[in-house]
Amino acid sequence: MSRAAVRQLVWLGLAGTGIFIALMVALSWAATITGGGTTAGRAFDLDTKSITIFLDDEPPQLDSRRTSDTISGMVLGHIMEGLLRYDARNQVVPGVAERWEIRPTGATFWLRNTARWSDGKPVTAHDFVFAWRTVVDPATASDYAFILYYVKNGEAINSSKMPPDQLGVRAISDSVLEVDFERPAAFFDKLVTFPTYFPIRQDFQASRGVRYAADAQDLLFNGPFVMTRWAHGANIRLEKNQEYWNRDAIRLNAIDIPYITSDTPTLVNLFKDGSLVWARLGPEQFEEAMKLRWNVARYGDGSIWYVDFNFRPERPTRNLNLRRALQLVTDPNEIVNRVIAIPGYKPLNSLFPAWLPGLNGLFRQEYPPPAITLSIDEARKHLEMAKKELGVDQIPPLVLLSDDTILANKEAEYFQSLYKRTLNLDIRIDKQIFKQRIAKHNAGDFDMVLAGWGPDYADPLTFGDLYASFNGNNRSLYNNPAYDAQVRIAQNSTDQSARMDAFAEMQRIMIEDAVHLPTHERGRVFVQAPQLKGVVHRAIGTEPDFTDAYLVEAP
Amino acid sequence: MLAYTFKRLIQGVITVWFIATATFFAMHAVPGDPLANERATTEAIRKNLEARYGLDRPVTEQYVLFLGNMMRGDFGISFTQENRRVNDIIRESFPVSATLGILAVAFAAFGGVVWGALTAIYRNRLPDLVITFLVILGISVPGFVVAALGQLALVDINAWLGFSLLPIAGWGSIRHMIVPSMVLGLGTMAYLTRLMRSSMLEITNSDFIRTARAKGLPPTRIFLKHQLRNAILPVITVLGPSIAAITTGGFVVELVFAIPGLGRSFVQSVQQLDYTVIMGTTVFYGAFLVFMVIVVDLLYGLIDPRVRLE
Repeated sequence: MSRAAVRQLVWLGLAGTGIFIALMVALSWAATITGGGTTAGRAFDLDTKSITIFLDDEPPQLDSRRTSDTISGMVLGHIMEGLLRYDARNQVVPGVAERWEIRPTGATFWLRNTARWSDGKPVTAHDFVFAWRTVVDPATASDYAFILYYVKNGEAINSSKMPPDQLGVRAISDSVLEVDFERPAAFFDKLVTFPTYFPIRQDFQASRGVRYAADAQDLLFNGPFVMTRWAHGANIRLEKNQEYWNRDAIRLNAIDIPYITSDTPTLVNLFKDGSLVWARLGPEQFEEAMKLRWNVARYGDGSIWYVDFNFRPERPTRNLNLRRALQLVTDPNEIVNRVIAIPGYKPLNSLFPAWLPGLNGLFRQEYPPPAITLSIDEARKHLEMAKKELGVDQIPPLVLLSDDTILANKEAEYFQSLYKRTLNLDIRIDKQIFKQRIAKHNAGDFDMVLAGWGPDYADPLTFGDLYASFNGNNRSLYNNPAYDAQVRIAQNSTDQSARMDAFAEMQRIMIEDAVHLPTHERGRVFVQAPQLKGVVHRAIGTEPDFTDAYLVEAP
Repeated sequence: MLAYTFKRLIQGVITVWFIATATFFAMHAVPGDPLANERATTEAIRKNLEARYGLDRPVTEQYVLFLGNMMRGDFGISFTQENRRVNDIIRESFPVSATLGILAVAFAAFGGVVWGALTAIYRNRLPDLVITFLVILGISVPGFVVAALGQLALVDINAWLGFSLLPIAGWGSIRHMIVPSMVLGLGTMAYLTRLMRSSMLEITNSDFIRTARAKGLPPTRIFLKHQLRNAILPVITVLGPSIAAITTGGFVVELVFAIPGLGRSFVQSVQQLDYTVIMGTTVFYGAFLVFMVIVVDLLYGLIDPRVRLE
C-alpha cells in the first residue's frame, strides 16, 4: 500500500513541478505581450558604456512644473536642462543659456543656438516663458510655484489676482530671455537650475494635454539623456540624447534603472551580486561593508533636522526661559553619536548646515555659530524663571509631535527621557504619519515637533527665510521684527557680504532666542563600483548626478 | 446551478459595496490632510487642488460621486502620482502581483498535497517527523525573514558558483519568478501540509477505504481515487481565500525582491493618504477576494458529488 502510494506521490510531485514550470513559462509569455518588466543586465558594461542603477521609488511627477520630490528631480535632472546647471563642484555653469546677466531689477539670459529638443527643434526663450507662466497659473496647482515669486507678479498671479501673461518674463527674441524681478534676487542664477524653471514646449504639451509627462512618449527632452522606457514602478531606461548640445561631453550611452526599491539589504545584495553599480547602505550594511573592506563614501543630502517650538500665545514654549532650559541640556553630538548612530549623519548647531557656500568658501567656516555651553544647573535656573513667569508650579506635560518613523521614534524617546532626567519635565510623544504630522504642524497642535527642511537652492536664504514671520512655512509662528529685518536684507540686497552678515545675524538670533533646537544634518553612505567615475553626490540639485559619469577598466 | 451562481454574484456585489462604503468613511475619518506637503502653498492653489479631487464638497456628496464613478469602473487620478489614473496603476501592476500569486499558490498547493500525503503515509515515522518539524518552522517564521534569508542564500550561491544562477531581485523573466514565488508560497504550503495530513489520516481510517481494500481494488486506485480525492477537499476550500490572501499580501516579498506589484501602491497609499488609490486598490482587492470565494464554492460542486449547488 504505502510503497504504491509513495510512487503515486512522486508522480504527482513531478506533475506538479511540470505544471509549475509550464505556468511560469505561460505567465512570463503573457508578461512579455503586456510589456510588464524586463530582464536586468549587469552592474556596468564597458563595451556598451551602460550602467545599472536603482531608484528609491517610482518618480511621482515628471512634469517639471509640478514636481516637488527629489526622486523626480533626479530623473528630470538627467533628461531636462534649465538655463543654468550645477557642475561637479556645485558652481553654476551655463546650460541652455550660454551667458547671463543679473541686475538688481532683473536678469537677461542669452540662449545658445545649438540647444535642441530631442525631436531636433531648437529650444527657444518662448519655451521658458510658456513653462514659467503655467507654473504660477493657479490652475496648474504647482506646489513649487513659490520658487517663481522672485519673478515679477509671480505671487499675485499665483493668488489669482492677475492673469498669467502678466508674469515678468519676456522672449525678446528666440534666443534672448528677459526677466523682471519682484524684488532683487542676487542668487537668481541658482534658482534657474531648479526643475520648476525648466522649459516646456507649448505645442508638444498641448498635443499631450493631461497626459503630458505621464509616460516616456509623453515627454520631450532637452537634457543630456532621453527616457526611452518607463514601465511604471518597474523599469526606466535613459539613453544618451543625440540632440543634446553638449553630447560630446556625455560619456555614458545608457542608464538602466530596473530596480525601484529603497530596501538597503536588497540594494547591497544586488551590489554584491554585480547587478548594481552603486548601493546605499543602512547601518547594518555599513558594518558589513567595513568588514568586507569596501570603499565606503559619504555625502550629505543637504537637509537639516531640528526640534521646532510652538510660539502660539497659549503655549508654554513661547517662554524664552523654558526654551533656554531645553537648549542648555540638548547636545547634538550625543544625539548623532548615541541616538541616531547612523554613519554619515553630522551634528548640527546652527540654522545653517556646514555645506552652504558663503562669501568665498563655506558660510559656517566664515561665520561660525556662537557656542552653547551645556549646563544642567544653568538649565534648571532658567526653568525656575520660566515657571515664575508662566505662574505655574510645574510645567504641564509638553506635547512632542513626531513622524512615525524608526528614527523619529528613537529621537522622541531620547528627548522624553533626557528632559525627564535633567529637568524633570514630562514629554508626551504624539506619533503621527507624515501627512498628519504636517497637518498638526500647520494647525499648531503641538508644543514641540521633530521637523526637517531640505534646501531648494545653494544659498543660506533657503533656510534663513524659514523663520520669517511672513513665510507660510513658518509653522511655529515665530515672529521677531529683528529677524525679519535680516531676512529682508538677505532677500533684497545684491551686496553679497552684506547678505552674509545678515545670515550671521539670523544665526545668532536663532541661538540667542532659542528659536529651535538643531540636531543633525542627514547624511548617506554608499558603495560604488571602482570602475565608475565622475558621479556627483550633492546636497542640492540632481542627486546622484550621472551626467559626467564614465567607466574605466578595473584599477 | 445557474440560479445559485446568480445569487452568489448578487451577494458578492453587496459585499463589495459594503467594503467600499466602510473603507470610504474609515479613510475620511483617519486624521491627516491628503493635500498637506512640506512646502506651504497659496490659498488659490489649495482651492484648485481641492476642486480637482472633489474635496471641496461635503463627504456624503463625495461618497455619492465616488459610487457613481466606481459603477463606471473609474477610480479617478492618484493624489501622489498626479498624472496617472488609478485604473492604470492597477492594470499595470496587478498582473505582476497575480503572476507571483498564482505561482506561489501552485507551489503551495502541490507541495502541500504531496508533503501532506507523505507525512500521513509515514505517520509517526522519521519522514513524518522531519517534514512536520519543517512545517512548523514554515508556519512560524514570518514572510519577511524567509524573503531576506532566501535572498541572502541566493547571493552566496551565485558567488560560490561564479555566475548568476538566479537573479537576486527584479522582475521580468522566468528566472526572476522562481525564488519570490516559493518564498511567498512557503507559509501557505506549510499550512496546507498540515491540513492535508490530518485529512488524509481521517480518511485512511474510514469505512469506505476498508471496503475498497476488502473488495480487492488495486492500491494505486484506492490511493488516487478514494483517499487523495477525498482528502483534498479541505485543501480546495482554503485555496480560494489563500489565492486572494497571497496575491494581495505579497507586499513584503515585493519589497524585498523589488517586484513592481500592486502591493506597494496598496501599502504606500495608506501611508500617504492617497484617497483615490486607497479606494481603488481596496475595492479591487475586495472584489477579487469575493470572486475567488465564489469560484471555490462552485468548484466544490464539481469535485465533490455530494455537494449540490442550489
